[in-house]
Amino acid sequence: MDRNEFMKHYRQLDKGSLSRRDFLRITGIGFAAAVLAACAPSLTDSSSAPASGNLGDRLELTTWPNYHNMKNFEAFTKKTGVNINMTVFGSNEEMLAKLQAGGTGWDVFVPTNYTISTYVKLGLIEALDLSRLPSFDQASFEARFLDASKVKGDSNLYAIPKNWGTTGYMVRTSKVSEKMSSWKDFFDMTMGKYSGKTTIHDYQLTSIGNALKYFGYSFNSIDTAELAKAEKLLIDVKPHLFAITSDYQPPIRNGDAYIAMAWTGDVLQVKRDLPDTEYVLGSEGGEIWEDNWALVKDAPHKDAAYAFLNYMLDPKVAAEETNGHGYPQVDARATALLSDAMKNDSIMYPAQKLLTPLEFGAAVCLTDPNRAELWARVKSA
Amino acid sequence: MVNNTTHRKKSIRTWLPTALLLAPASLWYLFLLIAPLVIVAVFSFGARAPEGGYAPAFTLEQYLKLPTRSTPFVNTLWLASLGTVSCILIAYPLAYYLATRASAKAKSILVALIIVPFWTSFLIRTYAWVTILSSRGIPAILASLGIVHDLVLLNTPFAITLGIVYNYLPLMTFPLYVSLERLDKRLLEASKDLGANRLATFFQITLPLSASGLITGSMLVFILLMGEYLIPALLGGGKIFFVGNALVDLFLQSRNWPFGSAVAMALNFIMIIIISVYLWLTSRLGGESREEVSLF
Repeated sequence: MDRNEFMKHYRQLDKGSLSRRDFLRITGIGFAAAVLAACAPSLTDSSSAPASGNLGDRLELTTWPNYHNMKNFEAFTKKTGVNINMTVFGSNEEMLAKLQAGGTGWDVFVPTNYTISTYVKLGLIEALDLSRLPSFDQASFEARFLDASKVKGDSNLYAIPKNWGTTGYMVRTSKVSEKMSSWKDFFDMTMGKYSGKTTIHDYQLTSIGNALKYFGYSFNSIDTAELAKAEKLLIDVKPHLFAITSDYQPPIRNGDAYIAMAWTGDVLQVKRDLPDTEYVLGSEGGEIWEDNWALVKDAPHKDAAYAFLNYMLDPKVAAEETNGHGYPQVDARATALLSDAMKNDSIMYPAQKLLTPLEFGAAVCLTDPNRAELWARVKSA
Repeated sequence: MVNNTTHRKKSIRTWLPTALLLAPASLWYLFLLIAPLVIVAVFSFGARAPEGGYAPAFTLEQYLKLPTRSTPFVNTLWLASLGTVSCILIAYPLAYYLATRASAKAKSILVALIIVPFWTSFLIRTYAWVTILSSRGIPAILASLGIVHDLVLLNTPFAITLGIVYNYLPLMTFPLYVSLERLDKRLLEASKDLGANRLATFFQITLPLSASGLITGSMLVFILLMGEYLIPALLGGGKIFFVGNALVDLFLQSRNWPFGSAVAMALNFIMIIIISVYLWLTSRLGGESREEVSLF
């Protein structure tokens, strides 16, 4: 197996269309190690790449798991000589904590809508210089998502929507016979028949928010009495969970879990291999979100970062992203390039009656000390 | 006058090399141990800033909240103890065999077998267990043999203990091996000559004389386990928390640095107590055997 073939398998693994076991079988662990060692120097070697201005040879990208089409990255590196060093996080809170502590060396990162005003307030991100992003066309971005990226009373744009999606849960229908349709079902089944077979996110916003929905409260509630009820529910549910994790594709694929709190794209990715996967949006409501491209203040590789953002905002590249990860686009030009099957996919584009009750996460959920404390308490319980 | 300069020269000659020799270690400890510890101590009396992080204050609030984190402390102490005892039970016979029974050739092969897995990264070795313990691993094999169905191994205390033993066994084996190998075989013969049976010889001769290795091995394992993060994170499924995991959450998820600092101080305090007990135990054992394998 040559390097390219190895990388192809590796990307499949990364996207989740290849199980870890298959990956190890195909590549062979020892052989994989040898190949990695052989290609390690070339990962940072820019001498062979074509010269295109002074972009440098590196870019530090901080993002979420299973959230990019690696083909796009490869093409970018080929075109510019900039190698993308990707770090994956589990929650916005962690990203914020790292940036608050300083010295991250990150260039581009992918914060979710509800965090942007806090980043701006703390001076951790930069207003984008739109003249350096000719691919970006504000008019083609759906207003409700673009608005969620904007900071009230500030004319600058700090973040550009990357993808949007919803937070629901996936169900393996071959294992779960009941028809599930609400967050009440989700938590009741977890504490009942499917004890030990459920995962929830390791993420305060969604895990607390969806527990609040169980009682019919707002996803964004910071009311102490309502939060107390959500906390009790989460602590009661905890012994019945298989895991608290934001990387829930492995337990679902391994058959360890049948039900998992999930984001749009993960469900699409799993469904490619496990057709019995169904996506449920709680009838009580829940979260609609959009993630953004943003530039860290004093990014060490700023030129490369702008080149990268401009490249990713190209509708063709953006459409390829969606083909890879299954998260819908905000840019209408990119959506137009998707296949009809995708445009009509009910996981990506849920029915309007399910979308209507959904809420965007509110900035206060990030900063409210009670919510942050609650989640750490639940996990340490 | 002449006398004075030679005296000064002499003293420079003595303190300069000492200072130079100690400088790197002193700076290391100053900047990477003392200074961070002072920062953590100061933070632990502070308050959480509105957006998270640290805000200057002087309050005992964080320490008063410590009881809300009792579960991770209990988990850590309980599973670290269980892990240490399991390591002893497995490592002692192994070390005994290596030290007393194995031929020179077998010994070198066995020692290599213990060490070689540690050439692979800790993270990868532990992650491998995720696959082995997941329902497509050992539980699937047992189910196909019809022994037990729907067995859940991953994300249980068992998985964590297994991960601990797997990763920490050599730290227990080698101090035990050293103390057992230096055991004077004539004492065993004397014991036999005096009519003691094998069991009595073991408990009266072998075990006391290998106690220093046992205590050192236990401390090596236990101290490191108290700060363990990775094994519970990977094999506990985010459900079974050690203090290390609670700390990571307090700093990265809640962004409550003062409370995190207070938890860290509490962990330090517990460690100081445990190490004091260790020092007391080893000083009681005293003598030669202590110097051979003691940590301090």
